[in-house]
Amino acid sequence: MSPADYGWLVLGFPLLGTLVLAFGWRWLPGRSAGWIGSASILASFISALGALQQLQERPEEERHIESSLFDYADTVGVSVELGILVDPLSVLMMLVVSGVSFLIHLYSVAYMAGDRGYARFFAYLNYFVFSMLLLVLAGNFVLLTVGWAFVGAASYLLISFWYRRETATQAGIKAFVMNVIGDVGLVVGAFLLFDGTEALDYAGVFEGAHLMKDGQLTAACICLLVGAFAKSAQIPLHTWLPDAMEGPTPVSALIHAATMVTAGVYLIARTHPLFELAPTAADVAAIIGTLTLVVAASIALVVTDLKRVIAYSTMSQIGYMVLGVSAFAYGAGLFHLMTHAFFKALLFMGAGSVIAAMGGIQSLDRMGGFRRAMPFTFVTFTIGALALAGFPLLSGFFSKDEIIALTLNRGGFYAVLGVIAYVAALITAFYAFRMVFRVFFGEPVEEARELEQGHLAHHDPANPMTGEHEDPDVGFPGPEHHIAEREWPMKAAMAPLALLSIVGGVVGIPGVTDTLEHFLEPAFEGSDHLGAHPSESDEQLGLAIGAVISLTGIAIAWALYLVRPTTTLRLRDYQLRAVHDFLAHKWYFDELYDIGIVRPAAACGRFGRTVIESVLVQDVIVGGSTAVVRAGSSLARGLQTGYLRSYAALLVTGLAGLALYFLITSS
Amino acid sequence: MDVVWFVVLSTLIFAIGAAGVMTRRSPLVILLCTELMLNACSLALLAFARMHGSGDGQIFALIVMVVAACEVVIGLGLIVAIYRKRMAIDVDKLSELRG
Repeated sequence: MSPADYGWLVLGFPLLGTLVLAFGWRWLPGRSAGWIGSASILASFISALGALQQLQERPEEERHIESSLFDYADTVGVSVELGILVDPLSVLMMLVVSGVSFLIHLYSVAYMAGDRGYARFFAYLNYFVFSMLLLVLAGNFVLLTVGWAFVGAASYLLISFWYRRETATQAGIKAFVMNVIGDVGLVVGAFLLFDGTEALDYAGVFEGAHLMKDGQLTAACICLLVGAFAKSAQIPLHTWLPDAMEGPTPVSALIHAATMVTAGVYLIARTHPLFELAPTAADVAAIIGTLTLVVAASIALVVTDLKRVIAYSTMSQIGYMVLGVSAFAYGAGLFHLMTHAFFKALLFMGAGSVIAAMGGIQSLDRMGGFRRAMPFTFVTFTIGALALAGFPLLSGFFSKDEIIALTLNRGGFYAVLGVIAYVAALITAFYAFRMVFRVFFGEPVEEARELEQGHLAHHDPANPMTGEHEDPDVGFPGPEHHIAEREWPMKAAMAPLALLSIVGGVVGIPGVTDTLEHFLEPAFEGSDHLGAHPSESDEQLGLAIGAVISLTGIAIAWALYLVRPTTTLRLRDYQLRAVHDFLAHKWYFDELYDIGIVRPAAACGRFGRTVIESVLVQDVIVGGSTAVVRAGSSLARGLQTGYLRSYAALLVTGLAGLALYFLITSS
Repeated sequence: MDVVWFVVLSTLIFAIGAAGVMTRRSPLVILLCTELMLNACSLALLAFARMHGSGDGQIFALIVMVVAACEVVIGLGLIVAIYRKRMAIDVDKLSELRG
């Protein structure tokens, strides 16, 4: 079998799983829906491994296989195939997406077991994986757009999964609207590219892009970036991601940390020949990525909702990836994408376990001392946090420093961006361990003490954001909670991720292995920047700086939260109150959008409804014409008296009148 | 005899019929008055046929008689139907078609 056949299998299994679950949920008892969903993703992952093995058997110049099922459209000048493209880039994405998705499915088998929408959840989840794989396998811009829109829809469905929770449905709408802005950007970008190159498949567009006018190409790249930013939650289209945490925790792990939000990074890497021809657009992307990584990291310092801290951390880490691929360090950006998928999914799984142990409470202020009550979660969460903080020799250490080293190597203003990225790395290490120390260390809270006794806490079901009371029926979270300590599928999902978070870095140790970079080379062979590498001593210096920064951040967190726990409260309430308020309001982005966009739009809507619709349309146009018809008909009705004799009189009078008229005119 | 007299007589009978239709309220009488008008027309037709010395007018008169017979059948049928419903035999009371 050729790699493309495996590619079709990778797509086929999740689609099959979706259909089976969507139509067969009525006949699937207990946890069987979860197992079917997991099995389909596992089959997809195995097919991806098959594609990898087949691809490696080929010589390097033949690792670019296109395959088409049928012609989607073939008319004058437009030729679109339902085709996929298998090359090292898409194989890497396939492996990461299907692999991490499988583990998260496995985790959800236990974690979602108490929920009334169990089969629906797995149908959505499989649908998401299918859409995401379609996105990364698409061989042309049309199919890419289809996958792009599908993942947006899947994200909406899963954020609003608890559809009776109003905050969740609102968050789903917010995410969908933002994503549609991105979809429009992507489509307009593809139109511009088609206008300039008369092709829609990647190879054709990249060939024709040389002949495009600079302005048009840059505009097309900026439009593509709008799509990438909306999907990857980069400023200014980022506000949906923290709200997306309203979805169930496995959804946050899968879609809003490991896979979907990295689609923007994938898009930039996939269309890299365009960005190399339009360096202005690449510069814009690098600046936005840097801005996002530092803004998001700063917000993560003060947010108290455990899941939202990790969400801001996700935004920040994707900022690193965007910076990497825009600085033409594709290998490094995708390396970080992979390691981030491991440790961020792990962090979310740990957070899910902690939230379950807290009986649904998500606030960091209420947590503490879970170290002894949940040893497994403690160890895995700490490994994830270490990898996130870039602790020496863990996966995040190598990938993050690779990005920063290559950015610094570009010189010019990229050096400034690299320095900012180092500062944000310090913040990252600090907030990562702020979570660890506040959740697992300190005085055990009531729930932790109960759990040490063997009792799992169950509070009255309530919305963690508003405190509103909820019933545990369908449309709300289920009545039972499940923690990793007691469910083997959850453990089985977290353990491999913890392992990968530790050793995932070995595929990209600079100067030693570089496996991933060599693997990806065929996909980026046309790039001018492939050989650009910092010298070995520079790389080692970078790694050393990264290690120092990471350890410093952890040490500061240790000093502030464990040695003198009251310091942070004092800072928050007195010395740094203004800064804290500014960060706690998330740099006032939501308020700004409210004043700048939402309210004017609402005012326009109100004007349209009260003035244009009700006065102009209803009263003048519709009301006016009916009034004319009404007046005319009431006149005609007046003649219809219903009296036979008056009709006869009218008839005779009329006839007599006519006769008289002819008599007069004829004589 | 001059044809004018026939036409004058026919006009008179027609006017009597028309006045009856417009003034009487009993449907039976209205029906009779309609017959008068039809027969006035027949008379005029016959008079003109004789004046021209052709048979066309007489054939028209025969057709008018057939039409009159049909009309009587329908009219009487309606009156009987109204009577069966025990409604007033008065055209002024039968004014449901008022707009």
